[in-house]
Amino acid sequence: MSEHARQQAAQRGQWRRLPLIESPRLRWGLAIGAVVYLFLALTSVEVNWARVAEGAGRAVNFLGAFMQPDFVSRYDDIVAGLLESLTMTLTSTVLGVLLAIPVGLGAARNISPLPIYFVCRAIIAVSRTFQEIIIAILFVVMFGFGPFAGMITLAFATIGFMAKLLAEDIEDLDWRQVEAVRATGASWWQTMNHAVQPQVMPRLIGLSMYRLDINFRESSVIGIVGAGGIGATLNTSLSRYEYDTSAAILLIIIAIVLLCEYSSSHVRRWTQ
Amino acid sequence: MPVSTTPQGQPVWRRRTTRAQWLQYLAWLAGVSLFLLCWKLISDNTMWVFVEDAGRQGADLISRMTPPKWGYANVLWKPMWDTINIATLGTALGIMMAFPVAFLAARNTTPHPLVRSLALMVIVSSRSINSLIWAMLLVTILGPGVLAGIIAIALRSIGFVGKLLYEAIEEIHPTPVEAISATGASRLQVMNYGVLPQVMPAFAGISVYRWDINIRESTVLGLVGAGGIGLQLNASINSLAWDQVSVIFIMIFATVLVSEWISARVRHAII
Repeated sequence: MSEHARQQAAQRGQWRRLPLIESPRLRWGLAIGAVVYLFLALTSVEVNWARVAEGAGRAVNFLGAFMQPDFVSRYDDIVAGLLESLTMTLTSTVLGVLLAIPVGLGAARNISPLPIYFVCRAIIAVSRTFQEIIIAILFVVMFGFGPFAGMITLAFATIGFMAKLLAEDIEDLDWRQVEAVRATGASWWQTMNHAVQPQVMPRLIGLSMYRLDINFRESSVIGIVGAGGIGATLNTSLSRYEYDTSAAILLIIIAIVLLCEYSSSHVRRWTQ
Repeated sequence: MPVSTTPQGQPVWRRRTTRAQWLQYLAWLAGVSLFLLCWKLISDNTMWVFVEDAGRQGADLISRMTPPKWGYANVLWKPMWDTINIATLGTALGIMMAFPVAFLAARNTTPHPLVRSLALMVIVSSRSINSLIWAMLLVTILGPGVLAGIIAIALRSIGFVGKLLYEAIEEIHPTPVEAISATGASRLQVMNYGVLPQVMPAFAGISVYRWDINIRESTVLGLVGAGGIGLQLNASINSLAWDQVSVIFIMIFATVLVSEWISARVRHAII
């Protein structure tokens, strides 16, 4: 219905909201597709209701454990795991950001030659498509169990994340400043240092803080495949059905993530 | 201005005052020491013999992974379908739950500040726990299978969608809301005609974005028994069948690329 026809209908008191998707064919097609998909998907999901009913008691136990988390009886394990997670988080973020800067520069189309651009984009694509945990499996095989494999994993994942966002930021930068610095006869390094870096720095710091936060969250799971950190402790406590300890660990993770988020929003406000 | 003077009385420009300069040096020193301390902790917990061996192990791994055992792909179609179902149904369930939570959490639509902090609490706890951990919990409760995966993805999505959506709600224009309430509309009608149309595009974009992330995450949920292609991955790794693992990796890579392309297209169309 055209705009004019809509207005006239509205004056007669017949008004309807504009739909989200304009073309009716696409709208109905999507709706029918969604219904068909839901039917196919729901019929293919097999649920063992007997097992679910059996587990209901455990769910209650678990909720009870959250009311009474047990920080004490596995205190040493929790502290060791936590310390490992935190150190892994910090070192991997620092290493990852340092390595991401050259990759990010190379992946920005406006400042890098085509061959380097493709290589850097390929690095980013590989690092971004695979989940941290898949990369962790490979690195655990290569570097052995322990936090070193975890650190390399997180650093590798950080490269993809930071380099992509940094490259996008560089591609959007204000080119006039680069021209101005170049006009003074600056070398490549000087251009980077005085024209590009000041423009991307606030965002880079903000993103690094954000990545620190992500890396901590990820470091709590890569322990499941043997890459060190609190994840291993959590996994053990869950498989031993010590729900009160697991609840304690989860509460600690939530608290640390909250703290990270709060401080990173502070830092971001301060740099921008 | 951090200007000091030379003995001759001429002003010299400097970027920082002496105090700020020293503070900056100290901050760098503290940062570097912290990094080195962390590095030492990690290096103490590492068996360096294994690390020195890494190059050979890596080469060995690659030689075992190639050539991929292409015939194995026929076994993978059903797990892949399960994986996509986990991601899609999980996202659908998640956004259904995130939608009301976001309205309760946004400053301008929340019924009461107390409700708001409760909703924010839900969002934060859902966001800080990885879907793999949710899956571990749910597998012990619901038993292994696709259902645990779907609910794990849904629980994780609440926080993400909820946070982005409540931020979108807080950024809406107040004028349409005022106009609708001036007609004497009830609270729900104001939401429906004043707020909802403004956040709908953002909501659709966020949901598709989360679906794309969920496809990635659901590929690994099987490692803890929550169904999907991760189960096959786990089985292949445990039986050291690395040529099967490489087939799985290629399939995951292709699926993720396709989902990323779809999500980029949809978000492009919306914005």
